Amino acid sequence: MATADAMALRAYQYWILRYRRTWRGTVVISIANPLLFLVAIGVGLGRLVGPDSAALGGVDYLTFFAPGILAAAAMQNGIVEAAFPVAVNRGPGGAYPVAAGTPLEPEDILHGHLLFMASRVALSAVVFVAVMVAFGAARSPLVLLALPAAALTALAFALPSAAWAVTLPDVRPVMGIFKWVVMPLYLFSGTFFAVEQLPAIVRPLVYATPLWHGVDLCRSLSLGTVTWPLAAVHVGYLGALCGVGYLVARRTYRRALHA
Amino acid sequence: MSDVLVEAAGLVKRYPPRDRHGTPFTAVDGIDFTLRRGESFGFLGPNGAGKSSTMRMIACVSPPTAGTLRVLGMDPLTAGRQIRARLGVVPQDDALDRELTVLENLLIYGRYFGLPKPEIAARSAQLLEFAQLADRGRERVDALSGGMRRRLTIARSLINEPEILLLDEPTTGLDPQARHVLWDRLFRLKQQGVSLILTTHYMDEAEQLCDRLIVMDKGRIVAQGSPAELIARHSTKEVLELRFEIGEQDKGVAKLRDAAIRDRLEELPDRVLWYTAEGEAALAVVHQLGLRPATAMVRRASLEDVFLALTGRTLVD
Repeated sequence: MATADAMALRAYQYWILRYRRTWRGTVVISIANPLLFLVAIGVGLGRLVGPDSAALGGVDYLTFFAPGILAAAAMQNGIVEAAFPVAVNRGPGGAYPVAAGTPLEPEDILHGHLLFMASRVALSAVVFVAVMVAFGAARSPLVLLALPAAALTALAFALPSAAWAVTLPDVRPVMGIFKWVVMPLYLFSGTFFAVEQLPAIVRPLVYATPLWHGVDLCRSLSLGTVTWPLAAVHVGYLGALCGVGYLVARRTYRRALHA
Repeated sequence: MSDVLVEAAGLVKRYPPRDRHGTPFTAVDGIDFTLRRGESFGFLGPNGAGKSSTMRMIACVSPPTAGTLRVLGMDPLTAGRQIRARLGVVPQDDALDRELTVLENLLIYGRYFGLPKPEIAARSAQLLEFAQLADRGRERVDALSGGMRRRLTIARSLINEPEILLLDEPTTGLDPQARHVLWDRLFRLKQQGVSLILTTHYMDEAEQLCDRLIVMDKGRIVAQGSPAELIARHSTKEVLELRFEIGEQDKGVAKLRDAAIRDRLEELPDRVLWYTAEGEAALAVVHQLGLRPATAMVRRASLEDVFLALTGRTLVD
C-alpha cells in the first residue's frame, strides 16, 4: 500500500488536471484584479497623496500600498481558492465524494487539495511581487521574503475556510464571507492607509485581525524596516491560524466525507 | 479464498441530530445478511428504507454505529483503504467531472487507485468499448446524454477491476431504452464474474439483475430470498386488478367482502388488487356479483405485490 504522501499526490493530480482546463478564468480574479488595484490606486490615486507623507513612514504611496495589497490579495486568493471549491466539491456530484470512494482517505483528499491551494496562492504571489519590483515599489531585497509571507497569509485564511466550507450543504453561505469578512478586512487592515491613522480606540481591533499581521509582515519586508521579534509575532499568529485550521479541517473533512 | 463477500450482523447506522433540538435519525436498525460470491444482490425498498446507508457502509465511506460488518473478509473501520481498492462504486448522481473529457475522467479515477498512466490508457480503451463510448473519448462529459454518462460512470467504476460493483439506483432517471442498454451491460459484467450489489425501487430491475433480494423498510429487513421465492412466499400466483369508475370503488369492495371472499383484497387509491390462485375464476365471481369495473386485468404476481404484502405500501409513490 502506498504511503499517505503518495495518496495526497494522487488527489493533487486531479486539481492540476482541472487547472489545465480552467486556469484562464482564475488569472482574472487572482492576478489581474490585484494588479489593476495596484495601478489604479497605487499609481493613479497615489499621485494625489503627498509624497513622503509622515503617516506612510516616509515613502511614496505606491511603495506603501503595494505590499499591503499583496497581503490583501493573498487573503482574498486564500479564501477564493478554499471556500468556493471546497463547498462545491464536497456535495453530491462533486469531486470529494468520488475520491472518497477510492483508496483515498478524507485526510488524503484534504492534503491533496491544500497542496493545490498552496501552489495557487504562491503562484499569484510570485507574479504580484515580480510586478511590484518592476514598478520599483520594493525598497529592499528582503521583498523576496514577502513571497512566503504572502503565501502564509493566504493559507492562514484558506485553511480555516476549507475547514468551514466542507461542513456546508451548498455554496451560498460563502458569499456572506465576502460581504462580512473579506471586505472589512480588505479596507481596514492597514492596506490602503496606516493603522496609526485610525482613532486609537479601534487600533487594537485592527491589530487583532489576521490580515493586519500579513500586511505589516509583507510591508516591513518590502520596505526593509522589518524587526525580527515583531516578524516572529506575525508569523506565529498566521502560523497558529494555519495550524488550528488544519486540525479542525481534519475533523470536519472526516465527518463530511465519512458520514 | 472465502466465498463470503459481505457479512453483516446487527448492523446499525444512526446519524447525529442536525441541530441541537433534533433527534438522532436511525437509518439502518439492526440488520443481518450474508452476500456470497457469484451472486448478484439487490436492496429493494422505498426511499428512506435504509438502502443507501447500507450501501455506504459496505462502500467503507460511512462507519457503522453498531454491529459488525465484514467486506471481503476485512473490517471497514480498520481496512477501508484496502477494501475500497477492490470495490467499484457507481453513485446515483454520476459525479463525473463535466469540464473534463471522457478519457480524463477515467485517467483521474485510475490515478486515485495508483494505476500507472499506460495501464489506465489500455484499460480505458477496453472500458469505453464495453460502455459503447469508444468514439467519445475526447469529448467533454458535458456533451454526453444521461444514458451515456451513466455508462461512463460504470466504465469508470471498473478501472480498478473490482470484485464487487456497488450500484445505487443504477437506472433512476433514464429513459426505457437507456435502461435496457444499461441492464444488458450489467448482465454481461455479471457473467464475467463481477458481483453486483445494487439498490433499486424498480421491480423490473430487481427481477432482471438480482439473484437474491433483500427487501428493506424503515431500516429493517422485512424479507430476503430470490425473486421467485419471495413471490411464492408472500403473494398468490395471480392478481386480478380492478379499476372502478370514480366513487364506485368503495361500493365494489364492500360487495366483494360481503360475498365472503377469503382471498386478500388490497385497496389502493386508484385500483383494487385481488390476490388469488386463479385470476380468471375471480373475474367470473366479479361478474356474477353484478360488478362492472371500468377495467379488469389478470396478471402474474410481481415483487411489487410482495412489497405491498410485507409493508402495506407501494414502492414508488
